[in-house]
Amino acid sequence: MIALGPYAGFILLSYAAAALAALGLTLWVVLDHRRLLKTMAALEARGLTRRSARAAARLAPETAPTAPSLETGA
Amino acid sequence: MSLAELANPSRFLALAGRLIPWLAGITALLFAAGLVLVARSPADYLQGETVKIMYIHVPAAWLSMLAYGVMAVSALGTLVWRHPLADVAARAAAPIGATFTALALITGSLWGRPMWGTYWEWDARLTSVLVLFIMYLGLIALWRTIEDPTRAARAAAILILVGSVNLPVIKFSVDWWNTLHQPASVFRVGGPTIDAAMLVPLGAMALAFTALLLTLHLAAMRNEILRRRIRALGLTAAGAAR
Repeated sequence: MIALGPYAGFILLSYAAAALAALGLTLWVVLDHRRLLKTMAALEARGLTRRSARAAARLAPETAPTAPSLETGA
Repeated sequence: MSLAELANPSRFLALAGRLIPWLAGITALLFAAGLVLVARSPADYLQGETVKIMYIHVPAAWLSMLAYGVMAVSALGTLVWRHPLADVAARAAAPIGATFTALALITGSLWGRPMWGTYWEWDARLTSVLVLFIMYLGLIALWRTIEDPTRAARAAAILILVGSVNLPVIKFSVDWWNTLHQPASVFRVGGPTIDAAMLVPLGAMALAFTALLLTLHLAAMRNEILRRRIRALGLTAAGAAR
């Protein structure tokens, strides 16, 4: 255990705040991403696709996906 | 891949999807290394172990300004080049910059109480950083208030550029005014005044925080692109339903 001296409380609180900020931001982007993917999937399930995906489907109806890949957006 | 090719949001999403896991791993490793170096770093002859707060306060303060710098460049991209990802980049950086600014203010206060005898002083450096935090909040509110993304982007870009005047004020406030905050001790003419035993852990933590900012910013940009696609699809659906 590291000896932090008489102001250990201030040091530990600072590191706790930093951990909270880093974890909070990470959770925010991860949960937001999941929620957005779910919403996008729900829209695609209703037959709503982006213009580029519809154009791709028209050009190659045998091979093109009916909905755009969320990762590539293609 | 050139900058022009990255203007295509689909290409950007593909690249971000590949980079984010790697960047997240590198960030975790950098934090692990940084924290080991911090744990092994010596106490300061005046501050004692309280100097350990500096290893998170200083990177947080740097990144609060770096995030705003990214927003200022993005604002130019919106107004001058009308780059399709410029507003996405600015909007994604705002909450991250606001959080780092809040962290710099909080850790600064927690260092100030034992070292200065006060949590807060209305001196030039502290006040200008507080102004930066308020500007971040104002910009986030502006983006949320204006529904049309194009109008919101232009309004935010103008406000960001006006607010960027605050960046040199923050940087040079310790030179221009007689403040309680100590002058620059790393990025200064003549080199750093910090001993290598403290400069190395500080550098390692700064690298870790920068990697975290980069990872979070890429992930937040990816989310923002998806959000705009969902909005566009929703508008298409609403138009078709009429």
